[in-house]
Amino acid sequence: MVTCNNISLDQKDIAIETRDLNIYYGSKHAIKNLSMQIKKLDITAFIGPSGCGKSTYLRALNRMNDLIPITKTTGKILFDGININDKNVDLATIRQKIGMVWQKPNPFNKSIYENIVFALKYYGIRQKQILDEIVEDSLRKVALWDEVKDRLHKSALALSGGQQQRLCIARAIATKPEILLLDEPTSALDPISSGKIEELLFELKQDYTIIIVTHNMQQAGRISSYTAFFLLGDLIEYDETNVIFTNPVVDKTNDYIMGRFG
Amino acid sequence: MVSRHYFDLELESLHQDLVEMGSKVQESIDNAINALKNQDVELSRQVFKNDDIIDELEHKIERKCINLIARQQPLAKDLRSISTALKIITDMERIADHSADICELTIKMADQKYIKPLIDIPKMAEAAKKMVNNAIHAYVTQNVELAEKVCADDDIVDDYFVKVVDELRELIRENPDVVYQATNFILVAKYLERMGDHATNISEWVIYNVTGVHKDLNHDDLTKIKVNK
Ligand SMILES: Nc1ncnc2c1ncn2[C@@H]1O[C@H](COP(=O)(O)OP(=O)(O)O)[C@@H](O)[C@H]1O
Ligand SMILES: [Mg+2]
Repeated sequence: MVTCNNISLDQKDIAIETRDLNIYYGSKHAIKNLSMQIKKLDITAFIGPSGCGKSTYLRALNRMNDLIPITKTTGKILFDGININDKNVDLATIRQKIGMVWQKPNPFNKSIYENIVFALKYYGIRQKQILDEIVEDSLRKVALWDEVKDRLHKSALALSGGQQQRLCIARAIATKPEILLLDEPTSALDPISSGKIEELLFELKQDYTIIIVTHNMQQAGRISSYTAFFLLGDLIEYDETNVIFTNPVVDKTNDYIMGRFG
Repeated sequence: MVSRHYFDLELESLHQDLVEMGSKVQESIDNAINALKNQDVELSRQVFKNDDIIDELEHKIERKCINLIARQQPLAKDLRSISTALKIITDMERIADHSADICELTIKMADQKYIKPLIDIPKMAEAAKKMVNNAIHAYVTQNVELAEKVCADDDIVDDYFVKVVDELRELIRENPDVVYQATNFILVAKYLERMGDHATNISEWVIYNVTGVHKDLNHDDLTKIKVNK
């Protein structure tokens, strides 16, 4: 298998890193010996045909695969100087520091306000003034505040799909994470709402490391600085997005980028 | 909807690079002409160095344009802006090359007393430089009127060219000993004339960028060229 990983970062620039990560679903080897470093405060995109392991790898980064009983994960996931693929780590802390936004907007069946403070209350924050501040700040960061400030206590489910997804991002950043994982966050949205999310991610990268799985290659081109191309559980090519989109080294990457795959 | 905001930032930075390249090109013309007038070898060499920087800038801008096309898939006006940038950097780079060409001749003649005081060539250089400055300014401000003026001003430079070449031919006729320098000065005039053509090209692309129509305003009507008796 020809592969090419050209991204080797200074320690201080690495938000998270995996070394020889293998993930199995029962006997199915879904991620194969994957080593890669993710740049801090920037956007990295994972692309590749459906079923190649993008979501599996992404979920590993905040231990969400633990929720699927048949998974086994070996190798190292280095975050903040520790291997978080370890029995002893506190999963609540990991998921507070590494937030996840899913493909389909999935707000809780609660008010907009409650959606955002839900996790905060879980982490023990009770003072109304602090909660209010975080709600406003998070909603402003996702450019939703002006649209919803008059109906904070109405159901989140009444929002449009695009607004719901921005609410989910607000919910994820309310706990002040370092990394945001997004799994095809715009694939259920119309083009205008998708554009707003892209715009938003571009703003958020000033404060958060963003990793986005997308089946929309153009989206990866538009917003990411680094792109990783996955195929059948292998990291085929990983480089700056400029390189991946104009001059990839591996033929398979080239074919995929040109839309001549399969 | 594409991420306008991001794309606009990238266009803005492309724009800045073009302005930087433009000012380096203007500097190169100035230096080339001063070096020629003052027979200044040191300044000529500086123009060569400057030329390397301009080449690097050209490549950097080219890269940016290609990355933008690959990643943002620009359309309509955005696509025109980027193709315009790609076209005009070639013309800018050529202008700087001609400055370097002039400096090469300056160095070759540096130890010789000039056969005549330079009068029309500096004026011609001034006119060519003004065209280049205006062309770059027209690009920066997307000013069609100014771009059209540049195209019209090409006649001024062309007229100087004919005048300078006629005079130098006359000098050669009178005294064949001057042939080396005189032919060099004819080359200088030709380089300046080409600079005017490149400035015209840039202006045509500015007009295209704004209006979407590319008119060839550059070339004389070749059908009118007659046999010299
Ligand atoms: N919960 C699961 N149980 C068993 N196999 C799974 C499960 N989730 C994913 N897989 C398999 O793992 C491989 C990678 O899937 P996935 O990570 O979802 O790919 P992608 O996100 O790139 O489309 C696929 O072959 C898929 O069938
Ligand atoms: Mg997936």
